[in-house]
Amino acid sequence: MNAPTNDGTQDVSKRWLSEKPYLDSNELIINMGPQHPATHGVLRVILKLDGERVLGTECVIGYLHRGVEKIAENRTYAMFNPYVDRMDYVAAVSNGLGYCEAVEKLLNVEAPPRAKYIRVILTELNRIASHQLWLGTHALDIGAMTPLFYTFRDREEILKIFERYCGARLTTHAFRIGGCQYETYAGFEKDVKKFLTFVAPKIDEYEALLTTNRIWMERTKNVGVISAADAIALGVTGPVLRASGVKWDLRKAQPYAAYSDFDFEIPVGTKGDTYDRYLVRMAEMRQSLGIIEQAVNVIPEGPIMAKVPKVIKPPVGEIYHSIEAPKGELGYFIVSDGSTQPYRLRVRPPSFVNLQALDIMVRGLLVADVVAVIGTIDIVLGEVDR
Amino acid sequence: MAEEVKTPAPPAQPVAPAKPAAAATSASPVPVPWISPMVEKYKSQYGSALEALTYLGQNYLSVDRSLIPDILRLLRDGEQFDYCVDVTAVHYPKREKQFDVIWILYSFSRNERMRVKTQIADGASIPSCVSIWATANWLEREVYDMFGIQFEGHPDLKRILLPDGWKGHPLRKDYDILQQDKEWVQINLGIESGQ
Repeated sequence: MNAPTNDGTQDVSKRWLSEKPYLDSNELIINMGPQHPATHGVLRVILKLDGERVLGTECVIGYLHRGVEKIAENRTYAMFNPYVDRMDYVAAVSNGLGYCEAVEKLLNVEAPPRAKYIRVILTELNRIASHQLWLGTHALDIGAMTPLFYTFRDREEILKIFERYCGARLTTHAFRIGGCQYETYAGFEKDVKKFLTFVAPKIDEYEALLTTNRIWMERTKNVGVISAADAIALGVTGPVLRASGVKWDLRKAQPYAAYSDFDFEIPVGTKGDTYDRYLVRMAEMRQSLGIIEQAVNVIPEGPIMAKVPKVIKPPVGEIYHSIEAPKGELGYFIVSDGSTQPYRLRVRPPSFVNLQALDIMVRGLLVADVVAVIGTIDIVLGEVDR
Repeated sequence: MAEEVKTPAPPAQPVAPAKPAAAATSASPVPVPWISPMVEKYKSQYGSALEALTYLGQNYLSVDRSLIPDILRLLRDGEQFDYCVDVTAVHYPKREKQFDVIWILYSFSRNERMRVKTQIADGASIPSCVSIWATANWLEREVYDMFGIQFEGHPDLKRILLPDGWKGHPLRKDYDILQQDKEWVQINLGIESGQ
């Protein structure tokens, strides 16, 4: 073994990075998870290490597999609706929107304008809640404990609005095929507007804690970089794709619900590192506030349910419909055989596809960075495993 | 004469407006031919091995198994379908070729979505498209896990959601909803049944 010599020609840290470690030069395979607080559920990552540097990873998933797609084949279209909430359980409203719209498309019906506006408001509130949960846990993983308390405190206000609207806080089952089951409660608009004025300065508060925080920047800048070309090849969508500089958002590219009625920007990053993804999500929260503000002032009057038969029997055919969920493209591919149950229902989960990019994002980084990258991809294992 | 025959028809419409409307919605929409320059090009190239249809505004190509993976590679390189959204399958146990394999594709530059589907028999394999879109890796593993379809040339084809030693492929239609690999459950979980 040739020990690193200290001839003074090189900076010590550079030498450490360029040379094989003196004592520990064996490759090491270690398990991270499935029971690990930073994996946001039951994710097992097998890490191949050289010292503390990651040579490669393999994800072992499926611990939360419940066979959602099989269940769908054995339930009627309406009965399956609550199940979708249990995939990405921090953004249940988005899941419900995607499912209801997919079945509506298959039935060739359209939700009335009022229902669409209510859907947009609740879905955007849910996007903020999902991003708040992401921010709190992501910062906690990296070592900043305070943002967790701030984000959970403020997310509570969104959950209160959900509870007043439909009685549930997380697995909301807010929408029905053809529209919404519930009319907005008295004071809904007031609550939403109150929330908007309440949360806008709070987002500034989160940013004050992190954006120029030196530790935060050191831990996130140039960590977990993914290029736009790699992101597209790996099918990565959502904020992760946008942080790599691809200006693509399904709400703009192929508008659904009432999104074509509102003005909003698609925030993008340039480097595709963890810091850019953080900035993109922070900007997205502000954009969502803007969308809600535009929508809540002009909710059209009228019915909230389209004319949908009591027994839902879509004609024989296949449909794919996808929406921009907080984590990326959430798609439903439904095959109908003309009966009351889907013949086949496939969920295209954004978390599952995005998690696949973990390997190329962490190669060459340190073990501590793996935690940062898992957080920044923003996965929910309920959706990865279904 | 023809005009005279038509005259009694208009009064009939206001009498029962609900009926024709209801009939219009309940009549099943049918796939219509998908016409585009791209489709024409491929049709002249592949002829009857390829069928292009549109259902409820969504385009898809129904292709012969022998065109996979060439057609997929052409779609990516020649038509900018650079994003493979999903790979999935459907099981039709009564058909001779029991499985539909479906690729859902999207092109950023065209802002266009399409599907490619093909039929394969039970036990037959299909070329992997991991070399075309890296994202197909996990997606194909899931199709293998759930349906037992083999992807030739896949770098690491093994189960992804179910445990490695599990027997059976749950999304096949002959796999009952309550069915499970009891032996696996008893050995690995130490319980009588997972239900």
